[in-house]
Amino acid sequence: MGRGRHGPGLLATWQGTAQNQMDVSSYASVLVFLGFGLLFVVINYTLNALITARTPEPQKYDSYECGEVPVGTGQIQYNVRYFIFALIFVLFDVEVIFVFPWAVVFRELGMFAFVEMLIFLTILILGLVYAWRKGVLHWFSRPVEH
Amino acid sequence: MLELGELFQAADRWLVELGKSLGVPPILIELLATILAATVIVALIAVLVLVFVYAERKISAHMQNRMGPMRVGWHGILQTLADGLKMLQKEDIMPAAADRWIWWWAPGLAFIAVFAAFVTIPFGKGLHVEDLNIGVLYIMAITTFGVIAMLMAGWGSNNKYSLLGGFRSAAQVVSYEVPFVLAVLSVVMVAGSLSMVNIVEAQAGYYLGVLPKWFIFRHFPFGLIGFVVFVIAGTAETNRTPFDLPEAESELVAGFATEYSGMKYALFYLAEYGAMYVMAAMGTVLFLGGWHGPLLPSWIWFAIKSLALIFVLMWFRWTFPRLRVDQLMELSWKFLIPLAFLNLLAVGLWSVLSHG
Repeated sequence: MGRGRHGPGLLATWQGTAQNQMDVSSYASVLVFLGFGLLFVVINYTLNALITARTPEPQKYDSYECGEVPVGTGQIQYNVRYFIFALIFVLFDVEVIFVFPWAVVFRELGMFAFVEMLIFLTILILGLVYAWRKGVLHWFSRPVEH
Repeated sequence: MLELGELFQAADRWLVELGKSLGVPPILIELLATILAATVIVALIAVLVLVFVYAERKISAHMQNRMGPMRVGWHGILQTLADGLKMLQKEDIMPAAADRWIWWWAPGLAFIAVFAAFVTIPFGKGLHVEDLNIGVLYIMAITTFGVIAMLMAGWGSNNKYSLLGGFRSAAQVVSYEVPFVLAVLSVVMVAGSLSMVNIVEAQAGYYLGVLPKWFIFRHFPFGLIGFVVFVIAGTAETNRTPFDLPEAESELVAGFATEYSGMKYALFYLAEYGAMYVMAAMGTVLFLGGWHGPLLPSWIWFAIKSLALIFVLMWFRWTFPRLRVDQLMELSWKFLIPLAFLNLLAVGLWSVLSHG
């Protein structure tokens, strides 16, 4: 922890090349962390498996339904509302991604960038207003007058 | 004053020198240093979670005029350690109906997603594993994998409570992601960088020699509004009360974690409290000036600020009743998102006008 590198990281050392390449090298640490996290999980699972007591009983492996015998499968049809919200989210999130690069260079571009983003965000907000008026943002599906 | 960052950097330089004198290839040294850093982070997460669980129980107890854990160790201080050991030796029961692989790896994915986010958190001056140039975006992207883990747990358990918990969690996290990102963007816009370290450095100094230039105080009141939106959305993202519908124990047993026991359940806990700390650390970096502060070493300031945010989250839990699902959705889509949009535009207009 805390080596505070700004220069070349793992891969750049290996390549032994210029520092002003696209800074992908620092992501090697991310890979190491992902691998280490996986290792930690596997160690924990193994340790758990090694030292637990095993007393198998058929009823233990029933799905939990407050002590009743489970009825049917758990993988049931779900409310379509979840899907609709996921759909609106995807729209908004994709558009918000466009705002990220804008926000980073915003101070250099000044008024020009602001006006452009004002137009972009207005369109985005209009979309939200539209969804709102259509009653999509209501959780309970009461009938909507068109 | 002891700067932990300098200490770790000195250790890193020493390791590199040692490697050179032994003739080890530099890439192996880098790899070793990163693995050591990862070990320190794992230890840190474990300690943090032990402390948080204990603190949560004690704080909630004292807020309700109870004592909380008192038996194991002085004032129950070893209680969470005992709980952890208990979980380690609990039998791992997989329901016969479960979708084996999905059920098996859901807790693992939840933990890895949170653990990887710690790569780029600056715990103090120079005290970070790697200063990624898109750090903020990276943290938000990688912690979102937690949603997939919850969906996996919900679907894989083949249990009605789990499935409902998983879907609720996904709908909730997804809804609050938008105001969260917009609140973060209002800071990124002023700092002009996505790197966590650069954002902290942009908050150095004082107004009139007294008021620190933290983003929460900038563009008053818009910085403050951004912070409030951030905390509300962050609370919802980490599934904390009053937004804990995914694991509402009075209706869903334990939500997506119903069918888990032993170490897998413990991993969900680690991930949940780890995510809470990532949220608090992000709030500290983005709005509360990161490691900046007078007199004390930087890492102590960072710890004070982030732990204070954690305390606020725990305080929420014992102050607000749980929201209903329609209130939850409408709070995000009909209030927080328009507010965050307007806040973003207001901050933008302010900085355009003041910079010309």
